Amino acid sequence: MDRIEKLEAQSVHILREAYREFKDLVMLWSVGKDSTVLLWLARKAFFGHVPFPLVHIDTHYKIPQMIEYRDNLAAEWKLNMVYGQNKEALKNKQTYPDGNLDRISCCKNLKSEALKHTLSGEWERFRFNHDKGEYDVDTNKEPYTGVIVGVRADEEGSRSKERYFSPRDKENDWDVDDQPPEFWNQYKTDFAPGTHLRIHPLLDWTELNIWEYIQKEDIPIVDLYFDRGEGQRYRSLGCYPCTTPVESTAKNIPEIIEELKSGKFANVAERSGRAQDKEDGGGLETLRRDGYM
Amino acid sequence: MTEQTNELVKIEEDKEQMSIVIVGHVDHGKSTVIGRLLADTGSLPDGKLEAVRRNCELNSKPFEYAFLLDALKNEQAQGITIDTARCFFQSDLRHYIIIDAPGHIEFLKNMVTGAARAQAALLVIDAKEGIRENSKRHGYLISMLGIKDVVVLVNKLDLVDYSEKVFNDIKEEFTGFLKKLNVTPINFIPISAREGENIANHSSEMKWYKGPNVLKQLDLFEVVNDKGDQPFRLPVQDIYKFTQQNDDRRIVAGTVVSGKIDVGDEVTFYPSGKKSTISKIEMFNTPEKTTATVGEVCGYSLSTQIYTKAGEMMVKSSEEPPKVSNRFRVNIFWVGKAPMIKGKNYKLKLHATSSPVKLVDILNVLDASDLTSVANKQQVDRHDVAECVFETTKPVAFDLSSDIEGTSRVVIVDNFEIAGGGIIFHDIQEENTTLKQYIENREEAWVKGEISELDRSVVYGHKSKFILITGSDEQGCKSIAVALEKKLFDSKFKAYYLGMSNLLTTMGENRGSVLDQNEQIKWLGELARFFTGSGQIFISAISHLDDFDIENLKVLNSPSDILVVNVGENQLNKYKVDLDLEQISEVDDSVGKIVQLLHDEHILQVEYYL
Repeated sequence: MDRIEKLEAQSVHILREAYREFKDLVMLWSVGKDSTVLLWLARKAFFGHVPFPLVHIDTHYKIPQMIEYRDNLAAEWKLNMVYGQNKEALKNKQTYPDGNLDRISCCKNLKSEALKHTLSGEWERFRFNHDKGEYDVDTNKEPYTGVIVGVRADEEGSRSKERYFSPRDKENDWDVDDQPPEFWNQYKTDFAPGTHLRIHPLLDWTELNIWEYIQKEDIPIVDLYFDRGEGQRYRSLGCYPCTTPVESTAKNIPEIIEELKSGKFANVAERSGRAQDKEDGGGLETLRRDGYM
Repeated sequence: MTEQTNELVKIEEDKEQMSIVIVGHVDHGKSTVIGRLLADTGSLPDGKLEAVRRNCELNSKPFEYAFLLDALKNEQAQGITIDTARCFFQSDLRHYIIIDAPGHIEFLKNMVTGAARAQAALLVIDAKEGIRENSKRHGYLISMLGIKDVVVLVNKLDLVDYSEKVFNDIKEEFTGFLKKLNVTPINFIPISAREGENIANHSSEMKWYKGPNVLKQLDLFEVVNDKGDQPFRLPVQDIYKFTQQNDDRRIVAGTVVSGKIDVGDEVTFYPSGKKSTISKIEMFNTPEKTTATVGEVCGYSLSTQIYTKAGEMMVKSSEEPPKVSNRFRVNIFWVGKAPMIKGKNYKLKLHATSSPVKLVDILNVLDASDLTSVANKQQVDRHDVAECVFETTKPVAFDLSSDIEGTSRVVIVDNFEIAGGGIIFHDIQEENTTLKQYIENREEAWVKGEISELDRSVVYGHKSKFILITGSDEQGCKSIAVALEKKLFDSKFKAYYLGMSNLLTTMGENRGSVLDQNEQIKWLGELARFFTGSGQIFISAISHLDDFDIENLKVLNSPSDILVVNVGENQLNKYKVDLDLEQISEVDDSVGKIVQLLHDEHILQVEYYL
């Protein structure tokens, strides 16, 4: 088995452990390249099926092509697609684009808070209706207790310390100072009522591994990652007010791989286009302790 | 510190990957070694080194390579590695994931987490301070975790004038210690991580050392992942059926721990002992396969429909079978906040299975820092290493660590937390289990009234009996049990049906928890003992029981007898049921057959039969 095959096998093993152990399991799908690879790995693990819901946190400021791509794949792959949103904050204009909050507080509102209450079932969830091709209010209000997330250890400091199975307390908080031990392939799958676990099958993947795998498996990826003749492309996707494209003429996957291997991005951080990181001096740690992905 | 800690650079085609853990006593310089490796191989993001240097100047503190790794704010504040951080770099030969494991005793569980992911280990010892207790403890844990490739880095040689004698003394003493653990280090390297001596260069200060530097040494490690010559082991992670998605495949899924399997091979599932043949090996978006080997995560179809479940071990029938037992000896390392106490129940996780487990004996508790034993301890404290005997309620399938490591590894869960990890090194095949001992004690202490079993059967017109209805058809089991109670009652027999849901409510919710299947069996068996003791015919229905569940129920119900009826697909392998209704669909017919059997066996006396 080569490097990519080993990573794939490890992720598949983790996904199957999660599926066996968690009744209310869910996968977060940001529509970015990492969580789309994660979604593909779920199809690998379950022989073409995705036997749990996919949850998207819709900040309302996502780049529009992302939402279109999400709903197309949901229909094509027959996904159990669910989204949640902080409707209150959007209504009261408690956001950075409205000029009322700094970037970090906006992330906390539109992402962390929306995620927390969508997972717990306290806020409305919207489920894709495959017959109508649109979203209905979801009748399932059960809290999700196992949440699969596509974070990678090489993204930034705090993520390099994550576990494959990482507990979150009743407040959704991460206790980075007291994490469970992981012996071999045995993970923490028992949890007290009211708490939940984050599951991280992509922890050992690097940005390059992700692109190599997308190429190998021919995974459909939103085309914002490619230069469409303007000499720029997105390297990491987020909300449009806080995400800037990078200067690049990479038009397809092989060119992206080439760029990462030997080109100008070899020594530049992937999230350098994400403005909120720069405001969080702890390498996203402040946000992540509070439940950010 | 807003950028990522580091990133792969100048990646070339398909090099192999290797995980290396760096361990050792606190402050012996692990983070500095890594910082140096990253800096000297040009693996840091642009400007990172300069940024950290500038930051140090601003804060008027001397620059240290260790700061490069200290990505978390609170960690910097304490100046020690709290958790395992991973970083990536590469040599000309391969990609490395370097796992920085904390050396402070408080964080031993994090060190274990890091080391359990590694294929090789670098153990750092401070030349000035010498061998300390965590140098030894980490040596022990690395051995227990199964890491064979160990290199010892004797660091801070600059503080002892690059003395060859200091290096040799440490080498001699530590070699002696590791020998007791059956660990033979590949090499000892004298280094100064701070000065960069023997990290990526050849030190001009230590010309007396002729061996490879650290970077070269890493490349000399061999990636050993071919266990193809060992017997095939596949812990069944799950059985998938996606009938709701119009997919009629029934797929056995799992990760191959050792050996290799081909389409057409006969396989046996343990502990059930059921057999079938591999008819198909597949993966999504991959051409169909004819063979699967170590590490692969394929799905398997079987040529016959047999009932197997997650947690069984699939092996090749022609190869050495695994051990099947409910008692075994484990070398365990305890990291739980609360001690592990003799006689207490825990949860065991072993490959893809889990089971309630009892710590029945503590044979030896070892102080891992000097390998001396502490005799007669009744509990295993945090950071102790102990040799223990565990007992599960039902037999499980495993291998001994000397045979196949992957299927010998266990963890113990205490109150939702993984509190210990260990390896099974001995299986115990003896009849005298805790359950049998308990039944003996129970029966010896059982207080009886003046009425004998015979007296009751004469008055009631029937003998007492526990009628257990099981099989694949959950609804069928229940309907038949209910109809049987009615039929017997109408015939003036003393029959009582207990629905399992009643048991779940009373026994489960009273105790504020959900009863797992093992607990359900225990309570059902105990209740059966009371009801049969009162001379009644006690009926219950519980689907999907296996051989071991029925054996346990039989023992719990003793001295009275059990009668087992199968409904639907027979999922048992060894246990011969008294009546198999696999082919019968009508409830009345089924009840008729059971009543007939009760007559044939003289459980019901004929004059009362209508």
